[in-house]
Formats: sequence, structure tokens, C-alpha cells
Amino acid sequence: MTIQFNDETFRDDYSFRNSDWAIKRFPFPFHEDSYMYAVNMEQHRGGPEGSVYEKRFDVDEHYVAEMRDRAMVLADDPLRCQSLPHMTLAGWDLLELIMVSKSEDYPDLFELHRDGDQWRWVNKPLGIDDTFTFLDETTLPYGPMEYITRQTQGDFCVLDQRDNNLWMDAGMVTTQADWSLDFDIGMNFFEWHAPVPLAHEKGIFVRALKFLLNIQQGAPARRLNWTMTVNPLLDTSPENYHKWGIQKTTLTPENIGAKQHLRVELQTFFRLPRSNALVFPIRCYLCSFQDLMTMPKWGRRLHRVVRDLPVELATYKGFIDNRPMMLDYLSKFDDGLPTSPGVWPDAETEPPLST
Amino acid sequence: MSKFEFPPSIKSRPVYGTLEARPGKAHLMIADAEGAEAILGIATPDLMAKTHIIYIPRGTAFADQLRALNPAQFYEGPSYAAAVSRIRRVLQDAHMGLQVYLTGTEGLMGQAQNEAMMAGIPHTAIQTEHRGSVARRMQCVHCKGITEDVETDPFVCSHCGLNLFVRDHYSRRLAAYQGVCIDAEDPGNVPAPKGIYE
Repeated sequence: MTIQFNDETFRDDYSFRNSDWAIKRFPFPFHEDSYMYAVNMEQHRGGPEGSVYEKRFDVDEHYVAEMRDRAMVLADDPLRCQSLPHMTLAGWDLLELIMVSKSEDYPDLFELHRDGDQWRWVNKPLGIDDTFTFLDETTLPYGPMEYITRQTQGDFCVLDQRDNNLWMDAGMVTTQADWSLDFDIGMNFFEWHAPVPLAHEKGIFVRALKFLLNIQQGAPARRLNWTMTVNPLLDTSPENYHKWGIQKTTLTPENIGAKQHLRVELQTFFRLPRSNALVFPIRCYLCSFQDLMTMPKWGRRLHRVVRDLPVELATYKGFIDNRPMMLDYLSKFDDGLPTSPGVWPDAETEPPLST
Repeated sequence: MSKFEFPPSIKSRPVYGTLEARPGKAHLMIADAEGAEAILGIATPDLMAKTHIIYIPRGTAFADQLRALNPAQFYEGPSYAAAVSRIRRVLQDAHMGLQVYLTGTEGLMGQAQNEAMMAGIPHTAIQTEHRGSVARRMQCVHCKGITEDVETDPFVCSHCGLNLFVRDHYSRRLAAYQGVCIDAEDPGNVPAPKGIYE
């Protein structure tokens, strides 16, 4: 299909909107009526047609606006994109992976023409047509990782693999759920996850690391993670928390349906061929509560998940203070009927809300 | 009593050990304040004959005792900032087999460890022992400014003036803990500062 790109903002007037198409394909993260941490990895080899899982790097109606927002974040704070000196080759690996994937998966939007090391990259939505020499940094306007991730939705962590661990040694991080690349760069897998509650004790990170160290070329993996964000704000960074934190206090029973967003990360993992690094894209999808409630199954389930979430997790995810108001709103969409298994909305088969 | 038992914490928080003399052709010991006591505890004439001590007294009176150990080289500096160019030069000239010992405050150990790492020494090969003040070197996540010797939580960023709470999340690269605005969601509601471990 041809994508109509939205002209919208993720700040100030927050004109971000999801179309009916975007709501239907929203990666709702709860496969049952409760939630607890799990490694929950699966292969990233396509998915149902039209879903966010179908392509290697999903492009949707928010693409152009998200890239504009990223450029603004980087202009304000260039430290959101960093690469330690030994990571340049991994940056070229990433550039190749994205250019090849996007030109194959979206031939009407992206073209890659290769003649030896002379490459021409055409990005039609962003109006880019660049010719450069592969592996020669002087022929690009930015380093290879920055160049391609200024043109790709989602944050990117590029992880070096050594000493049986993964090291956060490069990244482009402008749409993060409250963590700082500038602070965490150079840390290993356990260190950058150190502030996460409960999951260390459950052995989640030991198992996840073991899985990730063994990811092979051509066999990427994926999982979902989620949090809550008031207003469709992509840049929920700690750097700017003193500016956006106050927005959490602007919820009212009248505006919560429009302002409160479920924030879902589609996390994918690809082995890179030359560097043996692992790239970890973290793609953020936002959906307002009122849009989620258009799917009766999601309404019932979201209420039950938010209601039953352990206090530590609601605190860590930053919505403990707003949880009572969220539950007042969500409970109106839960009539107690059972829900079908799995994440899909099942709009045709799930019963409408009984009043 | 200069040894402090740090409470258990998260996995990015550094853990310090107890210095021991290891075999090596050359030894570099970097210390501040009460860190001198840890060096005095392991010093032997043989070890000192191959040791370069870089010491920042910070108002303590241990310098003469260290000098009396007769180390191969001894430097007493007025501050870490004054000593760092010497530390870099010593690490640059170091050969394989150099043993590195760091002792004293967290800020001193963290910064010196960072210099050693940049010289190619893995952080896991560097010995550390905490002595003296438990104050922390803090980075403000908002303005990126570093405030040295923070003793209370919360504290005021010495650069941008925001009220910050003291996290245990620690960056080896910055040799600092992270400070985050405490009243972002309720401006002006700042609890009275307490000692970090109170």
C-alpha cells in the first residue's frame, strides 16, 4: 500500500494522531489479562500482512514527522547520538542492513543502487538522493550510524560483543523511555539494566543475555516492552525530564482518554556481519487510551493489566500517581467478559462492550 | 575508623575490595586522604622499592608517613585536577605487568580508574579499596555538570541549580553517579537533605 505520511508534531501542540489503520495495527503488548516481566523473545521473520511485524524495519504514517522530531532533538542535544571509536565498522554494517532491508521491503519508497563500493541511496519520503563510497566516512555528511538512523524510525543501540557480554558502545537515542545514552554508553548489559526492579532477581537478564549472545546473522529476534506516557511525547529523556515531568500532572478525568498514551517498544535484534556487533532497534509506538478503547478486547484487558500490576512496576514505569485516575477511566470499558488469547484485537469476533 | 560498609545496591554501582600486594615489576598507587592507611597496610620495603605513589592529602596528615615508606617515586599533589596530567604521563609510560592500586574516596578511585582504562588497562585488573569520605561525585543528567563530594540527598547541582536526587546508577566512563531532578512533577516540593546513607 502507499503510505500517507502525517504532518504532525510530538511536542508543543501535539498534533500527532493515529489513523484507523494505525490503531488496528498498533502492537498491543499484552497477550493475556495480566503482565509480568519475561524474556518473551520470538523470531523476527515477518508477521501478518500489514502488521508492524511484517517488515524488518516498519515504516508507517508517522515516519516523516518522527524524523523531523529526531532532527530537532539532535539540534538541541548532539550527545543523543554517540559512537565509541571502535564502533564505526558496526555503523557501516547497520547502514547496509537498513538500506538493503528498506529498499527490498519498500521499493516504492527507497532505492539502493550498488556498483562495487559506489552506492546510491534514494529516500523518497525525505527527499534524499545521495551517492557515497561504502566504508569511506568522508563521503557521508554524518558517521554511517548517524546518517542512516536520522532516516529510520526508532532508537538504535549498537552493542559490541566481548567477554561474554554486550556493551552499549554506540547509539542513536531520541525517543527513549527515560534512560540516557550519554550516561550509559560503555556499560555492559547488566550495568545499563541495573535500575530495572524485580527483573534481576527473576534471572531475566541472565537468560536474555544468553539468548542475545547467540543471535546469528540472518536470524533476528524481537520482543515487546511498554510503558505509559502523558501526551504523545517521543523525547521522554532524563535529560529533559525537568521540562516534561510536569506534564504528568495535567491529566484530568475529562482529558485522560486523549492525553494518556500507551507507549510500546518493538525491540528487535540483528547480528551484524563484519563487526559481529548486535544492533538493537527500539521502535516506539504511541496510542491514546481513547483510540485503544475502540477495540473492545483491548479495553477490557488494559483495565485488568493496569489494575493488577505490582506497585514496583507501576512506580518504575512512572504512572503510580496517575493509576487511580487511569483505572476510573479504564473500568468503564471492562464489562467483565472474558478475552480471547493473544495480542490481536479480534475486532470481528470479540463481543462489543455491554452496557 | 575509615572503612565503611556500603549497603547492597544495583549492578552498575561499583564494589570495592581490599588492597593486596600482587607480584609485578612496577606498582602505581594513587590515593587521597585516608586512602593512605590502605597503602600503609600493605607496604613492605620490597614492594615500595618498585612503587610510584601519587597522593592527594585533602587536609589529612598522612603524607609524611607515606614518604617515610621510601617509595621509588613519591608525589604529593594539592588536588586530583592538579595530579591528573602526571597520572596520564605515568600510565602512558607504563609497561606490561604494571599493577595499579587505587584507594580513598569514590571520586578519586573512579577518575583514576577511568584514566587507567583509557590507557588500556581493563577495569577488572585494577585493585580498589574505599577509605574515608563516602561523598559522591555526581553528574547532573540535565546540564551534564559534575558536582564533586556530594554528601546529601537531595542536593543542588553546582552548575544549573536544579534540586537533584542521588541515584545509585553509576557510569565508569564519567566516574560519576547520576543526579535527577527531584521536583519535576511538583516544583518546589524538595525534601530536607539527609546524608546519603542515613
